Amino acid sequence: METRKRYSAGLFAAEIIAILVALLFLSPFYFLIVNSFKKLKEILLDAAKLPEHFGFDNFRRAWEAIDFPVVFMHSVVLTSLSVTGLVIVSSMTAYRIVRHPSLFNRLLFTVFVAAMIIPFQSVMLPLMKISAMFELRGHLYGIVICYLGFGVSLSMFLFHGFIKSVPREIEEAAVVDGCSPYGVFWKIVFPILRPIVATVVILNVLWIWNDYLLPVLVVNNTYTTIPLAIQLFFGQYLRKWDMAMAALTLSTIPIVLFFLFLQKHIVEGIAAGSIKG
Amino acid sequence: MDKMKLYNRGRYQNWLQQIIFIGPGLLFFILIVVAPFMMGFYYTFTDWDGISSHAKWSGMANLNKIFTDDARFWTSFWFTLRFTVVAVISTNVVAFALAMLLNQKLKTKNVLRTVIFLPNVIGGLLLGYIWYFIFVRGFAAIGESTGIELFNLAWLGTKETAFWGIVIVFVWQTAGYMMVIYIAALVSVPKEMLEAAKIDGANSRQMLRSIVIPMIMPAVTICLFLTTSNAFKMFDLNLSLTGGGPGYATESIALNIYREALTYSHYGLGTAKAMIFFFGVALITVTQVLLTKKREVEV
Repeated sequence: METRKRYSAGLFAAEIIAILVALLFLSPFYFLIVNSFKKLKEILLDAAKLPEHFGFDNFRRAWEAIDFPVVFMHSVVLTSLSVTGLVIVSSMTAYRIVRHPSLFNRLLFTVFVAAMIIPFQSVMLPLMKISAMFELRGHLYGIVICYLGFGVSLSMFLFHGFIKSVPREIEEAAVVDGCSPYGVFWKIVFPILRPIVATVVILNVLWIWNDYLLPVLVVNNTYTTIPLAIQLFFGQYLRKWDMAMAALTLSTIPIVLFFLFLQKHIVEGIAAGSIKG
Repeated sequence: MDKMKLYNRGRYQNWLQQIIFIGPGLLFFILIVVAPFMMGFYYTFTDWDGISSHAKWSGMANLNKIFTDDARFWTSFWFTLRFTVVAVISTNVVAFALAMLLNQKLKTKNVLRTVIFLPNVIGGLLLGYIWYFIFVRGFAAIGESTGIELFNLAWLGTKETAFWGIVIVFVWQTAGYMMVIYIAALVSVPKEMLEAAKIDGANSRQMLRSIVIPMIMPAVTICLFLTTSNAFKMFDLNLSLTGGGPGYATESIALNIYREALTYSHYGLGTAKAMIFFFGVALITVTQVLLTKKREVEV
């Protein structure tokens, strides 16, 4: 807003306030990290102060208790398969709807978008019946299919908004040169969609990685993801704060790293995604 | 004849393309969203228990029970409604203030935006457990060393404080996301317009009221929609932070439905509640979007 203003006293004051607010926002992480190094007795005595010594014993025990490498791999495989599938399926659907706006396709678009307001709870119980019927329960492919079904609306919607602004001429030129419709999509259009692919990937990774309820309902016991492992842990050792804090720290690290590496894209993607939406 | 052949091939090609491009997406969507949603209308009127393969038709029994004999559901309904109103207002006020603050030419603004957004990337379940620890042990420790009464309250132990506890965590988690959307909108407010207003002698409050807010109404619509539907559908955070307690005082509708079906095996009843829930969500979000859409201005 203030285009010409130089770094004034007012701006300096704003800077101080902003830093204090940010520290307040960070304070929960202080409690989390600090206590994951402490012995239980130390935590019970004073959870606010720094640990007397930094040992990794809590982390080692939490690592084993939640079977971290296995659980982590489950989350990685599940999330990457689902997100890859979503990008492919929803970009193709959106492309066809934009380029062939027949009555059926326009209606389809409306249904996809309208379905976004259906809360998960309204479909989850019958879904359990369907997942049993089609033998989706307890299988990796089963839960991936569930994520494809739930995610396709929003992702398709995001692609739809973007593809509308892609000019047709290049595609027509490619057709004249003898490119098949599928070739046109994958070789010409899809590379242009890159910015929106980034947005779709990010939004879906955050959602699927952190999702708790769907894995509980569909692959509980056979395919434990990070949120499930944490929930089980707290069920078993509710007041074992030392291990619990270490388990929570371990579990937050991967997604926080993902965020820090991609933070520019994430913030841009969310801004773009919401304004398109 | 030849022309006909070509025409048929074109039509066949068109069908094939329709199936290849749209088929998979549509199939998963129908299987996972549309079919269960439709089935929900049927199960609403049955005594389905989730185990036996046959669900008996029970007419209005479930709806009757919910409307006449399910105080716990209405407690959760009332809680969710109050929570949504308070959480939506506080989140958006905080997010907008943060956006105004971090849209200035601060040296640290990029780092600070990242920090404030951070809680969003961690799932509600984990955040709930982190804050559970803070309310139970962290606050007690601060209270002891500073003597500030606020920290010595049994935060998750009473109805009132547990309500505010969830509000605090929700605002902490969601404000950063909404801030990003508000910042994107603020950046797009034309500078010339603000300059012109300044020359005309408008003070910053007037500029905010008559230029900035009207110009960013689309972002307001989106943020209100996202916070409303997230707050109304709250589940993970609720489960891990208070578990609906103390008693059932902070049980959200989503958690109530989950327990009705999975803890008590009342799937029919749970589905009936889920249908009421759907109409509630739809009514609230659609009304809200229509109301704020009206206030958007065309540039």
